[in-house]
Amino acid sequence: MAFDYEKFIRPGKLPHIWCPGCGHGIVMKGLIRAMDTLNLKKEETAIVSGIGCASRLPGYIDCCTLHTAHGRAAAFATGVKLAKPEMNVILVGGDGDGTAIGGNHFIHACRRNINMTYIIMNNYIYGMTGGQFSPCTPTGHKASTTPYGNPDPGFDVAKLAIGAGATFVARGTAFHANQIDKLIAEAIQHKGFSVVEILDDCPTTYGRRNKYKSVIEMMNRLKEVAVPVKAAEKMTAEQLQGKVLTGVLHKVERPEYCEEYAKVIERAGGNK
Amino acid sequence: MSEEKKLPRIEIIEKYCKGCHICVEFCPTKVLEMKGFVVSVKDLEKCIKCMQCELRCPDFAIKVHAE
Repeated sequence: MAFDYEKFIRPGKLPHIWCPGCGHGIVMKGLIRAMDTLNLKKEETAIVSGIGCASRLPGYIDCCTLHTAHGRAAAFATGVKLAKPEMNVILVGGDGDGTAIGGNHFIHACRRNINMTYIIMNNYIYGMTGGQFSPCTPTGHKASTTPYGNPDPGFDVAKLAIGAGATFVARGTAFHANQIDKLIAEAIQHKGFSVVEILDDCPTTYGRRNKYKSVIEMMNRLKEVAVPVKAAEKMTAEQLQGKVLTGVLHKVERPEYCEEYAKVIERAGGNK
Repeated sequence: MSEEKKLPRIEIIEKYCKGCHICVEFCPTKVLEMKGFVVSVKDLEKCIKCMQCELRCPDFAIKVHAE
């Protein structure tokens, strides 16, 4: 039976603003399916975002939502979570919002291990502002501000999150649509800061500058580069050249921030 | 007759469709086609109810109603 996405969408909000073929819609559908699987209540779920194409997502979903300053989703979400620890807090944003402008907030949220889920839609570019290169744009690729090719190496968002101390890190792609909801559901259930990086496509500002003929070519490229973690174990370093690992990359247990902070309040003689 | 009963109903919300071709290309049995700027059903008989179009449509424009 057809999945009823409409019950999670604010009435009259569709069609959304994303360009034809943009993977953000696919990720939003994955998030909605994950929310449905986990039976998250609208009044107990907060979706927080910064600025950018991906950050328009909370506007469409019918639950508690917060559209904040550029890159500051993690800071605002930390406030929400500390004030109401029973809320399921989900952050959404793009690669520019999460790793450049909000890079500091992102790494420190990872370090704190506060119980939230960050969904980073990595489309390798700043889409909304006109296709400037982001920290995730691969070396040599073109953007409006690097017309002769980007000299910088791109960030590996998942490794950055692992290095900064996130306790659950997963990666999916917009092509592997049926995996997205499973990764997000697992991330939401994980206690601690969980990061889900979804490799996405931006046909408008990234694709046409980098000689992708169509959305389909961009989707097939995601299919080609993605290698599931288990399959990668049997592959040699040469075979893994230019590939990206997908699936759950990192999962550990560590004390959670809200609980640790409650202990601090206890020690300081608060709540009396 | 019984064969016909099993056919799904593919609902296309034309107002939402942006014509990205994703559903047309990723349909394994090529049920869909582009008609102008929006998608339409070309050959419903071929549909195997795999739901790939519904799953992949970024614009919430396709629903496959199958029992």
